[in-house]
Amino acid sequence: MDHINVKIFLDESSTINPADIVPVFHRWIKETVCPEVLIDVAEYLHVPAGPGVLLIGHEANYSLDNRENKLGLLYNRKAKLEGTFQQKLAQAHQSALTACDRLEADPAFAGKLKFNRKSLEVFVNDRLLAPNTAETWKTLQPELAAYFQGAKIEKVGEPRDLFRVAVNRD
Amino acid sequence: MRPSNSQWKAQLGASIPEPMASEIDVFENEIALRMQGKIEDRIFAETRLRRGAYGQRYDNGQRSDGTTTRTIVYPSTNTKGPGTLWDAPGMMRIKIPFGGLDAVQLEVLADLAEEYSDGIAHITTRQDVQLHFIHIEDTPALMRRLAAVGITTREACGNSVRNVTACPIAGVCRTQTFDVTPYSKAIAYFLLGHPDCQTFGRKLKIAFSGCKDEACALVRLHDIGAIATTRDSKRGFELWVGGGLGPVPQQARLYEEFVAEEEILPISQAICRVFGRLGEKKNRNTARLKFLVSKLGIEEFRRLVVEERKILPFDARWTDYLKDVAAYKEEPLKPAQLLQIGVAQPEGFAQWHQNNVYQQRQAGYSTVTIALPLGDLTATQLRALADISRKYIKETIRTTVEQNIVLRWISEADLPAVFAELKAAGLSTPVAGTIVDVSSCPGTDTCKLGIASSRGLAGELRTRLAAKNAEMDETIGGLRIKVSGCFNSCGQHHVADLGFYGVSRNKNGYTVPHFQVLLGGEWANNAGTYGLAIGAVPSKRIPDTIDLITTRFRTERVDKETFQSWVKRIGKAECKKMIDGFTAVPTHDEDASYYSDWGDPREFSIGDIGVGECAGEVVYPIDFELVACEREVFEAQLALEAGNVEKAGRMAYESMLHGAQALLKFRFTLAPEGADKIVEDFRVNYFDTEIFFDPFVKGKFAQDFFKAHEEAGKPRTAEKTHQLIEEAQLFIEACYSCHARMTATPAKVTA
Ligand code: SF4
Repeated sequence: MDHINVKIFLDESSTINPADIVPVFHRWIKETVCPEVLIDVAEYLHVPAGPGVLLIGHEANYSLDNRENKLGLLYNRKAKLEGTFQQKLAQAHQSALTACDRLEADPAFAGKLKFNRKSLEVFVNDRLLAPNTAETWKTLQPELAAYFQGAKIEKVGEPRDLFRVAVNRD
Repeated sequence: MRPSNSQWKAQLGASIPEPMASEIDVFENEIALRMQGKIEDRIFAETRLRRGAYGQRYDNGQRSDGTTTRTIVYPSTNTKGPGTLWDAPGMMRIKIPFGGLDAVQLEVLADLAEEYSDGIAHITTRQDVQLHFIHIEDTPALMRRLAAVGITTREACGNSVRNVTACPIAGVCRTQTFDVTPYSKAIAYFLLGHPDCQTFGRKLKIAFSGCKDEACALVRLHDIGAIATTRDSKRGFELWVGGGLGPVPQQARLYEEFVAEEEILPISQAICRVFGRLGEKKNRNTARLKFLVSKLGIEEFRRLVVEERKILPFDARWTDYLKDVAAYKEEPLKPAQLLQIGVAQPEGFAQWHQNNVYQQRQAGYSTVTIALPLGDLTATQLRALADISRKYIKETIRTTVEQNIVLRWISEADLPAVFAELKAAGLSTPVAGTIVDVSSCPGTDTCKLGIASSRGLAGELRTRLAAKNAEMDETIGGLRIKVSGCFNSCGQHHVADLGFYGVSRNKNGYTVPHFQVLLGGEWANNAGTYGLAIGAVPSKRIPDTIDLITTRFRTERVDKETFQSWVKRIGKAECKKMIDGFTAVPTHDEDASYYSDWGDPREFSIGDIGVGECAGEVVYPIDFELVACEREVFEAQLALEAGNVEKAGRMAYESMLHGAQALLKFRFTLAPEGADKIVEDFRVNYFDTEIFFDPFVKGKFAQDFFKAHEEAGKPRTAEKTHQLIEEAQLFIEACYSCHARMTATPAKVTA
């Protein structure tokens, strides 16, 4: 299973203007801060509840995503990876966490940005291999439970959505 | 690229009709062969373009980060076209004939936007849908998923018949002669992949309009434009040919006042054959149909088409579809019921109803426009629209050339409920057809040829104008703004009241994004008049420029004078005076914001369009000379406006001569004198060396100059003079660009 996405939500205490991330992502390209080949920045803040601001990469996109009007850092893995589901999930999760750390530490946000690492979503961006069905849930639930030990994991979204689970820790 | 790519073929199997299935198989094989190096990249490029897979900005692996142009190191060094890297993301253009969509198609577009693109579907100014940031290896799976719901990307790009457009309210329009939908659909599929359309030197665009006076289909800016008409109760079309925008805009010429309905397909086929046979092939800058029509003259062109028509082998498809035309009609889902007056409506409903709702010719039904910001909508919004279209109508959905979507056949009693559902989906902005509803091409966001950020400017204008929307009266509120990222005019800036296209200027040792301002284009009458450029303004001053122009229009307007009439009445000199106050650029230290574009914090550079970055500290005399050239072009416009055609032509030509001389002086200090010597030296030093070549149109602007020189002193019609002024304007722009490129390359600066 490839194309695993992880979205880590903003903490309610955050007070940023999403547009402020545009120059930060441009700087990430300039300073080559990520392991992925970084290409460009796409800004869609004009569409409500949309993909927000994306840092387009070759292997993955990073974005300040605003789907369902919930801001969060989304790591969208596009390139294929070798390894087990757990390894791929760990790669996406770690990449998202690293990006969150980097953003929180960025002087542009100076204490105004905080991620709630206990509240996240995992998607699989491939409807053919992972439709948002009970069957996919049955297959992936044990893997997810093993990785996010102790967290509450629920399948969310409608059948047309990507396979998606909400992961929450107290 | 994606593991599931190979599985879609088996999954969708029989649901993909022939010949679409084989077409996609062939393309998939061509991708494989290109990966093995068995197809030349030049050939592969045209192959993929004809399948709708287009290049995108930075696909040559070069991107300016605001300081320097850096190489993007993709994993593969393979290419998918000359200078186009394999792994660089590209754009997929999806043809939507007459803009017609249904719910399942919206859902598939939503899935594709999420899985292969960036979660956004973009509606274009020609009713297509575009997805960006697509990997070439994902395209066959994407095409199969579209084909399974009846959508093709074939011939969406390349030298082919592009999407056939039509009025989005055809069939429900109150002023139509008849519904043009079945005709536009028939011609779209008749000419798709037609052998007579495979040898064009450039693209060919077709549009259908249900009436003459409205704007919906913009017939007069198309290569072939058909306006519904009747003669003795018989259906037919007023046929126009040879229109187009781009660097040299031309209004279409009337081919025939009445072409009977059974002749519209064969006559169009005959036009395609004449175009394929006689149209320019080598020089893409003069390869559009408009140049052939101009060269031959409309009478000779018509004669050739008539001759061609006589020898066309009979094709039953010419008329087969006509038997279903009379029966063709869309059906409503709900019975017609009037909107209840006096009942409390949801908040915001009244304004939305005023701007976004069109009462259909069928009593009790309305068409609702969804005004999309910059033509963009999300996958979630596409699904919401699919749901709404199933609940209230029989999925009668269309895209529009104003980058919006319409839902037809809403029973009026349902309007409040539809409004509420659209509002929940973030799709109820009450600005359809108003000054806030700015259209824009992709510009520097994703287009390889963009000079300035058209989307950035359009977004900024939308935000500012929306804030003032409530205070704006109808005079201002009804104006249209259109923005293009460069002279290629994909944003259709010529037919806006206020049109803009991106250019750059060297100021204070930096390159500064600017927009040329065009006033007085006409959207009505199927794009009846094109606006003319009056001067370039720094990008960051465009909102102020609009403020001033619209305020003056509101205060000086006499009776019900239109914007076009007002612009004409006050004259070009006065219009120019209005923008003159905005052209100054402060130094970088004084205000650095001028030196980056809207929505993009990087220092502006034209290095992104494949030429060197411009930076330096020196102000060259040429900067002043080129400003003078611009002024001369403008004076030529004034002369033309005053009816002095001879003077206008002479001045336009002399401005080109002056520009060429300035460039020669820049390199050789001692400038040649005398027209012949200037032309000769310019040809040797700038044309033959290709230094003057534009990355996109190559030597076109220089060739225009040589032609103007050859024709100098000969009488010109007003129309030809108008065209010469356009060419002179672009030649001066090319001089600016050439100078910018040279100052970015020290060796050439000191040559
Ligand atoms: S007008 Fe220019 S920038 Fe805009 S899409 Fe066309 S070619 Fe690109």
